[in-house]
Amino acid sequence: MQEFAKNEEVLVQIRPTRGWVSLQLKRLWDYRELVYFLTWRDVKVRYKQTVLGASWAIIQPLFTMAVFSLFFGKLAKVPSDGIPYPVFSYAALVPWTFFANGLNMASNSLVSSANLIKKVYFPRLAMPLATVLSGGVDFVLAFAVLVGMIYFFGMGITANVVYLPFFLMLTFCTSLGVSLWLSAMNVQFRDIRYIIPFLTQLWMFATPIAYPSALLSDRWRTVYALNPMVGVVEGFRWALLGTNTAPGPMVIVSTGASLLLLLTGSFYFRRMERTFADVV
Amino acid sequence: MGTAILAENLGKEYRIGGRQEGYKTFREAVVETCISPFRRARNLIMGDASGASGLKETIWALKDVSFEIRQGDIVGIIGRNGSGKSTLLKILSQITEPTSGYAEVRGRVGSLLEVGTGFHPELTGRENIYLSGAILGMRKREIVKKFEEIVAFAEIDKFIDTPVKHYSSGMYLRLAFAVAAHLEPEILLVDEVLAVGDARFQKKCMNKMQDVGQEGRTVLFVSHNMPAVTRLCRNAVLLEEGRILQIGPSHKVVSAYLSSDAGTTAAREWEEKRAPGGEIARLRAVRVRSENGETTDKVDIREPVRIEMEYDVLKPGCRLLPVFYFHNEEGILVFESNDMDPAWRKKPRPAGHWKSTVYIPADFMAEGIVYVGAAMVTLDPVLGQFDEHDAVAFQVYDGNTGDSARGEWPGEIASAVMPLFKWRTEHEQGHAMTEASGAGRAGAR
Repeated sequence: MQEFAKNEEVLVQIRPTRGWVSLQLKRLWDYRELVYFLTWRDVKVRYKQTVLGASWAIIQPLFTMAVFSLFFGKLAKVPSDGIPYPVFSYAALVPWTFFANGLNMASNSLVSSANLIKKVYFPRLAMPLATVLSGGVDFVLAFAVLVGMIYFFGMGITANVVYLPFFLMLTFCTSLGVSLWLSAMNVQFRDIRYIIPFLTQLWMFATPIAYPSALLSDRWRTVYALNPMVGVVEGFRWALLGTNTAPGPMVIVSTGASLLLLLTGSFYFRRMERTFADVV
Repeated sequence: MGTAILAENLGKEYRIGGRQEGYKTFREAVVETCISPFRRARNLIMGDASGASGLKETIWALKDVSFEIRQGDIVGIIGRNGSGKSTLLKILSQITEPTSGYAEVRGRVGSLLEVGTGFHPELTGRENIYLSGAILGMRKREIVKKFEEIVAFAEIDKFIDTPVKHYSSGMYLRLAFAVAAHLEPEILLVDEVLAVGDARFQKKCMNKMQDVGQEGRTVLFVSHNMPAVTRLCRNAVLLEEGRILQIGPSHKVVSAYLSSDAGTTAAREWEEKRAPGGEIARLRAVRVRSENGETTDKVDIREPVRIEMEYDVLKPGCRLLPVFYFHNEEGILVFESNDMDPAWRKKPRPAGHWKSTVYIPADFMAEGIVYVGAAMVTLDPVLGQFDEHDAVAFQVYDGNTGDSARGEWPGEIASAVMPLFKWRTEHEQGHAMTEASGAGRAGAR
C-alpha cells in the first residue's frame, strides 16, 4: 500500500511466527485507505437490490421500539425513568442496533471474504474493522430519527450531549472487540454463525433496553455493568434524555470491560491470523 | 543490481484430512464424542489451526526451497499441479506464513493470484476500479491518475457506470486485468492470470507483461504455458512435490521439464490422500495405453491410442463428465474430448471406483509430444472436481514409412493434427485442356 520514494528500501522479512504476536497497528495505519474503501463498499452494497433501501436502518430499531412499547411499556408497565417509554427504549435501541448489526456482519466478514483472504495480502484486522465502521451510516440515520422523537415528545436534548461521542466510541469498541473474537473463531469453527443470533438475543435482555437498570440495587448494578452495553445504554440515556444515571462506577466498569474485550480480541485475532488463508 | 527476493529453506506444511481411527468399544465412542468438543474448544482458544474437522495428517506443500532472484529478473515457476508453485507465491506475498525457513523481499510487492480479486458484482465498473485497485495495493491518487488509462485498456468506456454483474464475462475479465496491469510494484508475483479473454486481448496482456519486464521490475510468473515462460522469462524454477528440481535459464528448465519424468510420463497414479479432487470425485490414475493395452509413452502415428482415467466417486447421485484435453509442445490446445458414452452419460452414478477411456484413432494426432490434461465436472450443478494439467504425456512418432498422412513428404509439417482422410484423385477424360485456360489458371494462383 505504501508509496515509496525511489531509493527508499523496503524490506519485508518472512518467517514463521509462534504464539502471541504484536498487533502491527502501524501496518494497519498504512492500509487506512483500504479500510476506507472496504467501509465504502459495505455501505454501498448493503441495501442494493432492496426495495426500502436505507430505510431499513430506521425500520429495524423503530419496529423493535414499537413492539417493546406495546408489550413492556403499555401491557407490562415496565418503569422508564420518568421518560415516555418509546423514547426511553428507542434511545437504547439506536446504539444497540449499531452494536448488534456490527457484530453480526463483522463476525462473518472473514468467512464471506474468504476468496480475498486467500488471494491478497492485507492486515486482516482491516476486514472486521471496516465492517463495523460501515454500520456508522445506519447509526446516523437512526440517530436522526431519535432526535426527531425527542422533540416530538416535547423534550429537549440536555447539555450532557457533549459526552455522546464517548459513548459512541464505547459502543464501537465493544462491537469491534466481540467481532474480533468471533470472526477469528468463525474462520475455523462455523458453529459461531449459529451462536451469533442466539448470543445477540440473550445479550439484548442482559442490557437495559426494555427496562431501566434502576430495577437493580446499586451494588448489583456495578457487577451488571461488566456488560459494556449497560454503560453504553445508560450513557446514551443520560447524555440525551438527562436520566439520572450519570456516569459513575457503572460507566467505568463498562469502559474497562469494553477495552479488555477489544484488547484480548485484537491479540487473539492476530494470533489466529496466520492460519486464516489456510483454513478459511 | 541487488537481490530482490531471497528464500532460505522455505517450507510449508498443510493439514489434510486423515481417516480417524475406529472406536474400539462403545464406551470409548461415547467418551470420545463427549470429550472431543471440549478438546476442540481448547484448541480454538489456544490458536491451534486444526479446524473443526480435526485435521491431523499433514503434508509438506513446500520443502527446503532456497533461491535468490536478482532485481529486474523475470522468473518463471513451472511444475505440475500440486508441486507447490502457488504456495510459494502465497508465502512471498505474505498471504500465508511459511512453516519453516526464511525469506526476504526487497521492494514493494504486488501479487496477482487471480483475476478480479475484490470485485463486487453490485458495484459499477468505475467503483470496482477503485475498490480492486485499493485491495491490490494501489493508493487512491495512483488510481485517479491511471483511471483513464485503465478504462481505455479494458475497452469498456461505455459501460463504466454499469454494475459489473451486467457485464459479459469477457468485459469483466478485461476490466479486471486492466486494473491489475496498472499496478506498479517493484516486484510482481503473477499466477497464471494471462490465460484470460480472447486471443487479441491475450496478446495485449502478454505485451503488457513484456513492458513490465523491460521497465526493470522483478517478476515471478507461475504458468503452465511453456511457450509463454520461454518467451517472457530469462530464468525459471522447476518445482516438483514442493522441492526445487532445477533452476536456471528458462529454455533449459522448460525443456528439462518437458522431457523429464516430471513432464512426460505414460502413467500417473495418486495415493488416496494425495488424490486431486473435490467432494464428489477424486482422480486416482491416468494412463496412456497402446492398442494392445500396454502403458506406453511412445505411439506410432499409424496406431490408435487410448487414454484412461481412474477415479473414485465419493458421493453417489451425480451426473459426471470426464474430460481429456490435449496440448502440443507449443502449448496449443489441439482438441478436447468429453465422455459421450451413452451408458452413464445421463445417469447419476453410484459411489465407487470408476474408469473412463477415450479411444483416439490411428492417423489423427500430429508428431511430437502430446500433453494430456484430465478433468472432471459434475453436471448438476456444474462444479469442477479436478483438473490436472499435463497429467500424462506421450510421444507420437512417424517412421516415415509412407503410409501415414504425410505420405512420401519428408519435410516438416507444422499442423496441429495429422489426420489421414480419404482422398480421391481422378484423371478426367474428355476435358480437353486448351493452352489459354491452362495459362489463365496458373495466373490466378
